[in-house]
Amino acid sequence: MNIGLNHFIVLSALLFAIGFFGVLLRKNTLVIYMCLELMLVASTLALVAFSRFNGTLDGNVFVFFILTVAAAEVAVGLAIIVALFRRRQTVQVEELNALKN
Amino acid sequence: MSDTYFYIFAALTVGSALAVVFNKNAVAAALAFLFSLCGVAGLFLQLDAQLLAILLVLVYAGAVVALFLFIIMLLDMQGGERKPFKKVTIFASTIAGALLLLGVYSFAKRPELTQFPAAGQASNLLLDLKFYGAQLFTTYLLPVQVVGFLLLISMLGVIVLSKKFEGLEDVK
Repeated sequence: MNIGLNHFIVLSALLFAIGFFGVLLRKNTLVIYMCLELMLVASTLALVAFSRFNGTLDGNVFVFFILTVAAAEVAVGLAIIVALFRRRQTVQVEELNALKN
Repeated sequence: MSDTYFYIFAALTVGSALAVVFNKNAVAAALAFLFSLCGVAGLFLQLDAQLLAILLVLVYAGAVVALFLFIIMLLDMQGGERKPFKKVTIFASTIAGALLLLGVYSFAKRPELTQFPAAGQASNLLLDLKFYGAQLFTTYLLPVQVVGFLLLISMLGVIVLSKKFEGLEDVK
């Protein structure tokens, strides 16, 4: 059997779902952030697969930009987490409820 | 041959992603994330996106995972016992997860869209790079500028965030 577009799309959706479960299940902010990155990578996989099977390279250029933005995002996000830890001495989400009520 | 290649890398990617979610230790989760990214890079190679595979390994596996590991070790958090989930959380997560799995199932059940086209002339890495350069400097010139500005702003933002704020009282 030949590997088609469907295989890549299913794999990408599965990766996205796993990342989503990670965001729901984990309590550690850093691991939640890692799972968010996993979801981002899953979506880039879908973009590359679509671009490959469409016969153009526009999707690849788009993924190029996504990678750049993700790098900037990780830097800012981790800086926020470090600032949070410095103030609250924890990164567990159940203790970070200052915005509740 | 290409089928085996796909399944090997798909198994590596999904298995390591599951390890990211279910591993108790944050450092081990970061390393599993690294393996997952390597699997995705292998899949990119199969999709004739050599440049993106290299960039993924360089930017994600090189910089991002190293940054994650650095922060995990800097904060040195200990596990601690976790509180059990609330009932409403379990209910909402079950529904959300079921919907997501339904989405995966609907993708899997769809009739085949297209067959894998034979590797075209675009798979040549040099041609690929030339294409990227031409595209980035013609069609996508404005996004390149915007992304450069974004990188500058994020650098400044990180510097400001890392500063110590003296006059702020603690929020409890």
